[in-house]
Amino acid sequence: MYKVIVFVKQVPDTKNVTGDAMKPDGTVNRAALPAIFNPEDLNAVELALQLKDRYEDVKVVAATMGPPNAAKVLRDALCMGADEAVLLTDRAFAGSDTLATSYALHCVAKKIGDFDLVLCGRQAIDGDTAQVGPQIAEKLGIPQISYVQEVRELSKEKIVAKRAIEGGYEVLSSPLPALLTVVDANTPRPRNAKRVMKYKKAMGRSEFASTLPADADKASAVAEFEKKYAEKGLLITEYTAAEAGADPARCGLAGSPTKVKQIMSVVLTAGDFKNVEPTEAGVSQLIHELITDHTLG
Amino acid sequence: MENRGNVWVFAEQEGGKLADVSLELVSKACDLASRLGTKVEAVLLGNHVESCAETLFRYGCSNVFLAEDERLEPFTVLPYAKVIMDLILEHKPNILLFGATMKGRELAPRIASQKRAGLTADCTDLQIDDFEDKVNKKSYKDKLMQIRPAFGGNIIATIVNSWDDPQMVTVREGVMKMGAPDDSRKGTVTRVKVALTEKETVLKVMERVRQESTVNLKSAQVIVAGGYGVGSKENFKLIRDLADTLGGEMAASRAAVDAGWISHDYQVGQTGVTVRPKLYIACGISGSVQHRAGMSESKKIIAVNTDPSAPIFSVAHYGIIGDLNSVIPMMIKAFKAKA
Repeated sequence: MYKVIVFVKQVPDTKNVTGDAMKPDGTVNRAALPAIFNPEDLNAVELALQLKDRYEDVKVVAATMGPPNAAKVLRDALCMGADEAVLLTDRAFAGSDTLATSYALHCVAKKIGDFDLVLCGRQAIDGDTAQVGPQIAEKLGIPQISYVQEVRELSKEKIVAKRAIEGGYEVLSSPLPALLTVVDANTPRPRNAKRVMKYKKAMGRSEFASTLPADADKASAVAEFEKKYAEKGLLITEYTAAEAGADPARCGLAGSPTKVKQIMSVVLTAGDFKNVEPTEAGVSQLIHELITDHTLG
Repeated sequence: MENRGNVWVFAEQEGGKLADVSLELVSKACDLASRLGTKVEAVLLGNHVESCAETLFRYGCSNVFLAEDERLEPFTVLPYAKVIMDLILEHKPNILLFGATMKGRELAPRIASQKRAGLTADCTDLQIDDFEDKVNKKSYKDKLMQIRPAFGGNIIATIVNSWDDPQMVTVREGVMKMGAPDDSRKGTVTRVKVALTEKETVLKVMERVRQESTVNLKSAQVIVAGGYGVGSKENFKLIRDLADTLGGEMAASRAAVDAGWISHDYQVGQTGVTVRPKLYIACGISGSVQHRAGMSESKKIIAVNTDPSAPIFSVAHYGIIGDLNSVIPMMIKAFKAKA
């Protein structure tokens, strides 16, 4: 059996930033941005599912860290074909930089345990840092293969993968367990219609608890929910920082060496600007100007 | 707790040739080091790469830590991380700069994680300043201000590493200006004993295929770039035709690259190349902050776009509100008539 953990992330869709994205005070209005499945994490899920298609007895566990509603991306991963889903959620993780994030995720990987592979998308579009994958690998003390395009071979002894390098590619082999960061070299499969019917109901305890009336006996209701959903295979397993064995001093703001000193909204600087008519005469005059001042020719 | 260590640059090489970004970083490191009253040192790894040290001296390094070993060629992440980590523990640099290349972006986080140091990716500017951490009521003198776009480029954040040294960052190629080399500058080579165990040599390179990119945007004087507004792969011919006519290079925005119309080698912007040509013609590019970060320092910018509210017009010197499919042929015709 191979156990493959795929780390995924829910991100604000920074490619579709609209006018409401910034508040008047210059901070980001997260609520105005739609939350999406980080694109390259979909490629990581696809790679894991391809392994499941090709080799016998591969188990794919999708995992994420985030607020309770980040369970949405886990449901998507289940609908694509993942076998299990794990959500790490705790206010203690708020304000994590990449170091604190990788610490938290390495804790959850250990908690899941007995993994052969850890897959991540190369980078998330809200930060574009590409740091968390390599940092999880270091914290787990396992080798990393970055920018993986395809897996050539998988056995209990080793994995052979093709990956991008500057100006070409490389085929690397690594012993297991190993961490792979995945680039957008495959086409993520759509959610499977049959699986959608089943897994759209998958839920974690936090989401369930938020539906309870204020005066309910939460502890017993949650215990009953967990038992019922686990039996049906619809339970998204949830861990707090403590349950994942995370040291509070290394989580969230406390565990983040980088501090934000200052945030500035981007102010566009308008210099001298000339409007050119989209006509033969306008364009011809522009080209003439550029040749005259030696910009062209 | 103040670190008076030196400013280090990871000197990246491929086949014995230094990456441009490393020399750009040496130039920037010289500014930072003179402000701090410290020196610039480079970390050079590979096999038979000693000749690179001379080049690093000419750009301002006063010392090169040279680690040569057959297990360091070609680059793999684990042995590189081990050698650099050992050097950090021994010499305690204050600052460590990496190019935000594919190698730098997988190597730097591995080291930062082990050292438990902060790492800021893709900085667009670096400065030295004091930092008052109001939350923890601590003040720091002469810290590295790590300036980068964040949140899809809608904000510019100044980030400070308040923890353990070194203060680590990555910087994209072309963002910092390369200084002029000076043949009279000399330096020392400090040979490093390479201590690797089996644990760091488990990754085996079975096949390696690469060729130098034939696209050279950085030295182009004229760049014609196409964005999502170009509409199709076939239509990029228009962009190429204009570039060829003007004696320039073709380029693209990320949206066009993501659409699969053109290869990533041509991408200008935060996750592509940064360019400063004499003339930049942006066709059908809306002008996200990430794109503007890669081209706004061009001497002259022409924007062609059907949307008058496209942000690209805010950095343009000339704006043509119109359809690139009709405007580009007009440009080609006008240039051929005048030149």
